Amino acid sequence: MDERNDAPARWQDELYDPLRRNNISQFAYVSDAGHHVLIDRSLADPGVRSVALTTEEEGVALLAGADLGGARGVLLMQSSGAGNCVNMLSLIKGGRFPFLTLVSMRGDFGEGNPWQFPMGQAVQPILGAMGVICLRVERPEEVVPTVSAALTMVFQTGHAVAVLLTQKLLGAKQF
Amino acid sequence: MPALIGRHEDFLIVSGLAGTSRDVATLTRDGAHSYTMAGAMGGACMIGLGLALARPDKRVLVVTGDGELLMNVGALATIAMLNPPNLAIICVDNGHYGETGYQKSHTSLGVDLEKIAAGSGIKATRMISAEEELGDGARMLREGNGTAFVGCA
Repeated sequence: MDERNDAPARWQDELYDPLRRNNISQFAYVSDAGHHVLIDRSLADPGVRSVALTTEEEGVALLAGADLGGARGVLLMQSSGAGNCVNMLSLIKGGRFPFLTLVSMRGDFGEGNPWQFPMGQAVQPILGAMGVICLRVERPEEVVPTVSAALTMVFQTGHAVAVLLTQKLLGAKQF
Repeated sequence: MPALIGRHEDFLIVSGLAGTSRDVATLTRDGAHSYTMAGAMGGACMIGLGLALARPDKRVLVVTGDGELLMNVGALATIAMLNPPNLAIICVDNGHYGETGYQKSHTSLGVDLEKIAAGSGIKATRMISAEEELGDGARMLREGNGTAFVGCA
């Protein structure tokens, strides 16, 4: 049993409203325990489209299309998914699309599964190389202010921003 | 392609790479209702989905090739799940990678993209291989209550 699933932290619930207040209407995701509250709330919200992806790079292209149509979206993924996005981020950079992703981290603080380290440790250099600004969050009280800051950076200035929800925040997994 | 699409101004058009992008740019005179790609291979269908969900008041058309579609073929499953009625996909299936030396693609070697689309859950699918079938294909792009997939072999 994933201990992160037992009692959703308050910030997980508090995060949905600022996203909706900022007119996020497309929630693209690959299933992930760290994002399960946002995923469930978007699925239950008739005012948004919740899009389950087969791979994270689909979400990058989806959000570019959303912007072409004047809509805003967010990509919810795990750190391993950042690697799946790399070439599709050319679209974001080349087309100067706004791009917001929330990344639940594995392979950092206290990780117990050796398979998670290579990609987890590569998230920041890889996203940085593709022009995505990374904002790390380690404390619950920083989550909503950091995502609000990211919303401003993305949708007022057209930049690409990843908010990294670290394992200090989420709790480390032992498997 | 002009006969299949008809009045191109009726659509917001997203194209894949190479040949399909050149065809769409020529057809629309690179108009504001088209977005033609020359990279980010595998993204055309999902750009079309994001656009179709954002603009339910418009018809969205993805025009791509077999190689571009094969690179991210899972997108058909994602699209079928949502099944937006204002989205249609044309796949110009020449069975080859035209831009890189005309090597055979998987569809020359037994892979059937229409069956993959149907198996993914897209209900309106068909292949077109003769001129007299264009009318049926053209109707599928403009009508129906779900996403359509039209392959041109």
